[in-house]
Amino acid sequence: MAGNEPSARPRSPHMQVYKWGPHMAVSILHRVSGDGLAIVGAGMFLWWLGALAAGPDAYAAFVACVWHDPSPEISTLHQVTNILGKVVLIGLTWAFFQHLFSGLRHFVLDTGAGYELKTNKLWSTLVMVGAVLATAATWLYIFKEALNG
Amino acid sequence: MGNGTHLGKVRGLGSSGHGSQHWLQQRLTALGNILLVGFLFVSLMRLPLTDHGAVLRWASNPSVALALILMVVSVFWHLRLGLTVLIEDYVNGEATRLLALVLLNFYAIGGAAYGIFAIVRIAFAPATGLAPGGM
Repeated sequence: MAGNEPSARPRSPHMQVYKWGPHMAVSILHRVSGDGLAIVGAGMFLWWLGALAAGPDAYAAFVACVWHDPSPEISTLHQVTNILGKVVLIGLTWAFFQHLFSGLRHFVLDTGAGYELKTNKLWSTLVMVGAVLATAATWLYIFKEALNG
Repeated sequence: MGNGTHLGKVRGLGSSGHGSQHWLQQRLTALGNILLVGFLFVSLMRLPLTDHGAVLRWASNPSVALALILMVVSVFWHLRLGLTVLIEDYVNGEATRLLALVLLNFYAIGGAAYGIFAIVRIAFAPATGLAPGGM
């Protein structure tokens, strides 16, 4: 009966048989960026908020760990976390824009529009390019401000 | 077609038993996130973030505190929906999946409670000008 013998019936085609395209990339990036924001982003936000509520000392400790430790004898740990913090924040900025732009694309798709092959490819590509450009613009602004102030 | 599913049967109930609720809540919280996280993003870009007093004055403004509380609700609701789908897709085995979903709910509800409590603490703290470091 069905299911007992190894059959030659066609199985459901899976990811590997399709040619990789922008629409697939933007789909998995929506999940990756969303889950990154959900775990790392929300965690960082709560850490920041908790430090803000806990007072100036706790807040200074947070800034010294994640952003910049002004101490002249900065510990090796903080030297590492100061760099790591910026890497994570840049990653979160990208995830934010990727998820935002991709989410806006989904709102358009929800109306039933944008499924034509060329349109779909165009907007998938624009979402990814836009997210990288917005991230770059944000961090150029931040580093420019940091240098000026 | 005439012999399709009766509207009354599918409204609020699909094969999953809870119809379009998840889908709709995901969209509604997404709209909330656009507004509220957008507000947070612009604020973070404009604030002197290393200055505790300045950030605290901003966050203790009633309108800002209210927006932050709404943002925490919207974000944690939205991430709970998103991570639920992630777990349903990738975690196999009924027991592990159930455990993962329980942990997710602890994280989402606990995280939201922590965030709201922190905002309330900031908003209801004595005026920052009077008590520097007095929290």
